[in-house]
Amino acid sequence: MTADIAAILAIDGIATGAVYALVAIGTVLIFTVTRVIFIPFGDIAAFTALTLAALDAKQLPGTVGLVVVLACMACVMEVASLARTGELRAVPKAVLGYLVLPLIVVGIVWLTMRFNPPMPVRIVLALLLIMPISPLLDRIVFRPIADASVLLLLTVSVALHFALVGLGLLFFGPEGVRTEPLTSMAIEIAGVHVSGQTVLILTAALVFSGLLFLFFDFTLIGKALRATALNRTGARLMGIRPARAGTIAYLLGSLMAGVSGILIAPVNTIFYDSGFLLGLKAFVGAIVGGMASYPGAALGAFGVGIIESFASFQSSTLKDVIVFSLLIPVLLWRSLASQHSEEEVEE
Amino acid sequence: MTLQQIRLIAAAAIACLAAAPFVLNPFSITLLNYIGIYALAAIGLALLTGVGGIVSFGQAAFVGVAAYATAWATALNGYSPWLGLVLAVILTCSIAAILGFVTLRLGGHFLSLSTVAWGLAIAFLFGNIDGLGQHNGISGIPPISIGPVALVESRQIYFLIWAIVVAVLLVCYNLLDSRIGRAMRALRGGNTLVESLGISAFQIKLVTFVIAAFLGALSGWLYAHLGRFVSPGPFEAGMGIEYLMMAMVGGAGSILGGVVGAAIVTLLKNSVQDYLPLIARGASGQLEIVAFSALFILFLQRARQGIVPFLAGFLPDLKLSRPQAAAPLSRREQPPPGTLLLKVSEAQRRFGGLVAVNNVSFDVKSGEILGLIGPNGAGKTTMFNLLTGALRANSGEITFAGRSITRDQQFHIARSGISRTFQHVKLRPRMTLLDNVLLGTYSRTRTGLLTGALRLNQAEEASARYEALQQLERVGLGDKPFELAGNLPLGNQRVLEIARALAADPTLLVLDEPAAGLRRQEKLKLAELLRSLRADHLTILLVEHDMEFVMSLVDRIVVLDFGSKLCEGEPAAIRSDARVQEAYLGGVA
Repeated sequence: MTADIAAILAIDGIATGAVYALVAIGTVLIFTVTRVIFIPFGDIAAFTALTLAALDAKQLPGTVGLVVVLACMACVMEVASLARTGELRAVPKAVLGYLVLPLIVVGIVWLTMRFNPPMPVRIVLALLLIMPISPLLDRIVFRPIADASVLLLLTVSVALHFALVGLGLLFFGPEGVRTEPLTSMAIEIAGVHVSGQTVLILTAALVFSGLLFLFFDFTLIGKALRATALNRTGARLMGIRPARAGTIAYLLGSLMAGVSGILIAPVNTIFYDSGFLLGLKAFVGAIVGGMASYPGAALGAFGVGIIESFASFQSSTLKDVIVFSLLIPVLLWRSLASQHSEEEVEE
Repeated sequence: MTLQQIRLIAAAAIACLAAAPFVLNPFSITLLNYIGIYALAAIGLALLTGVGGIVSFGQAAFVGVAAYATAWATALNGYSPWLGLVLAVILTCSIAAILGFVTLRLGGHFLSLSTVAWGLAIAFLFGNIDGLGQHNGISGIPPISIGPVALVESRQIYFLIWAIVVAVLLVCYNLLDSRIGRAMRALRGGNTLVESLGISAFQIKLVTFVIAAFLGALSGWLYAHLGRFVSPGPFEAGMGIEYLMMAMVGGAGSILGGVVGAAIVTLLKNSVQDYLPLIARGASGQLEIVAFSALFILFLQRARQGIVPFLAGFLPDLKLSRPQAAAPLSRREQPPPGTLLLKVSEAQRRFGGLVAVNNVSFDVKSGEILGLIGPNGAGKTTMFNLLTGALRANSGEITFAGRSITRDQQFHIARSGISRTFQHVKLRPRMTLLDNVLLGTYSRTRTGLLTGALRLNQAEEASARYEALQQLERVGLGDKPFELAGNLPLGNQRVLEIARALAADPTLLVLDEPAAGLRRQEKLKLAELLRSLRADHLTILLVEHDMEFVMSLVDRIVVLDFGSKLCEGEPAAIRSDARVQEAYLGGVA
């Protein structure tokens, strides 16, 4: 391997790592606020890419159907649980939040599509469409068991991933997509060719993690989210509703995952099931940060990207084996580093 | 219900299974074959996840390793399927042992995540190794032959599959009712509990992990020789969660649940494949996984307990006979009264900048009750954890019976004769009183994995059971040995913990706030019990808050305050000590 190749591989790895970093940050965000290890996050990223591709092709994306179905389910569940507890006065608000709002988003996309919107608008539309999915899934799947152990939530999360993959095939079909590049510019840094797409990916990763940082430090909602992450009961006593905080975390996380999906779509061909590996690799990064630290997660994700890049040069077939095998030493190091209190499993 | 009746029902079930091939059509037999094969893997998970509390997403990978091992040996190299079995079991168990050795120290969800990781890595390997047919898989696997008979038809291999399933069920039930099995059932109570009984939690986890992999290997071997073809598909992550689903739907804590779960999931899958195309034409494959995952999620939300425990709730209680008198277990030689038993010298423990225990020294003499008291935050619990090995001292020395235990692991300390109870009671609520106390005899008994699983050591088991019953009687809980521990009121739960500690035949009994949360009558009874133990020459160290309880009971008192020893002496002297009054009541008193 010459220095040139190494440089190319490194840049490639950093670009992939930046995509993983966005998803990893979202994973950490959701885990700290809700204790759910949200495995389907990669699926959200893949679905965004598929949505954008459908919009590019002037087709109604499958996401529309998915959002409508999920919104109906979530609305029925919410209204039913309100009816059970006798809080009928909250029903209109629930219908508004869980049904009308997602349907408005769908309506906007449907209307805008008729005017052949330019690329940036299409990207915004794709992100808008993808954002309701995770909060709706949260309501349907995780809210009823919000107080269960992390382990049970993880099991549910893995099952949910498989459900989503099936739904993905149903709504998007088996074809892979690759969207048009966002930019055709290219620059040279120290004699190495760097594509505009790479620069864009890095910039987007920096901007969005920066925005998240500002959000956490300078807004009240951001602080409420951090409080929930630190101590759910304490936050509840301060008038912060963990369910609301969870919804916000899912929305924010979805935005990060969606952006990563849009960034990766012109570089890699995305299928309905591409999300699993994307999510898991981001997840390896998140674990490097101990599922708690955002910079740690981002660094870990970059590490995964670089290792994957070099591994695929050595042996393209075994690169995934290498990446996942690496998780075990990382986990060991984490468990040694953190003297976490033992979690009691009770029946 | 009695044991006889249960045996009768089991015999009837086995007879039905044996008659099935002569009654059912070939398709149903094939279905039953797959149910049996999946059941083996699911039983493994029921042990690992349900009993041991270790959620594994990687069982499919173990099944795959075994299937590929036997396929490689038989189809590619022409060896006998029986040699394939040996290779499959050795390879799978070795991989499991190595993976377990590396990962089983991980806590909670980190461990489960590692199973996702290696499960995926192994599944990827199948499709990418040149010698294993890559994504095309390996075909032409020969059938298993027993003597001259080749098990080609599904009717023939049916008997082998279900004979193995029945044998595995029997062995697993025996195992869970033996010394090692009880230790496995204690795993869910947390590491501190398990180690306090003289059990190495890591060792038991590793054993459970390898057994689960072994059952996966049996499943994989049968799978390869039933279908006569292997490809990477059936061993991918999706199947891993399906096995988990089988184990949990059947009832994760129940071995029979593995079989029931495998049957339900397989039959459900089969009917879903039949009926889904009627609802949504052309999209059945996708809907199948969606329907399945949705059902599983619904199940986890609503009925985590599983089917078998749910049904078992309707059965009449099992009537077991009280353990009969048997040869006593060997006893430890107790040191003569008045000799130095435990010596703590200059023990110090820091948490970051906080010095929780600061150069504390005291002695415990054989045959006395020593009280360790102090206001909140005095360092009592930390001192207690140092003694029992739950924490290590930063400096200083702790000597027990003439031997330094400062650096010993928790279960070593427990084995050397220090038994403890917990401030927040740690019992296994779903185990009987007798089984809970039997856990205490772990360090005094020898029965290993195989001898337990095959019931070869009944003499020792009888002795242990009799010993446990005697300890229950000693503390006054002997009337209902088969009651579930979770049904006892708190006072009796504390007493049950003492019985469990006594079953280990300790030299020193260490009690962590035994009177906390008890009513007055319960406290009086507890004090009475402790006095009777002292009369039997047992040494007791008591960490306690309740002054009245301590003063009337103990021989000597050590007072801690802000991590340092304030003073020590007899109760009367402590009561009138100005420094103690100041520590407890404030400066003015």
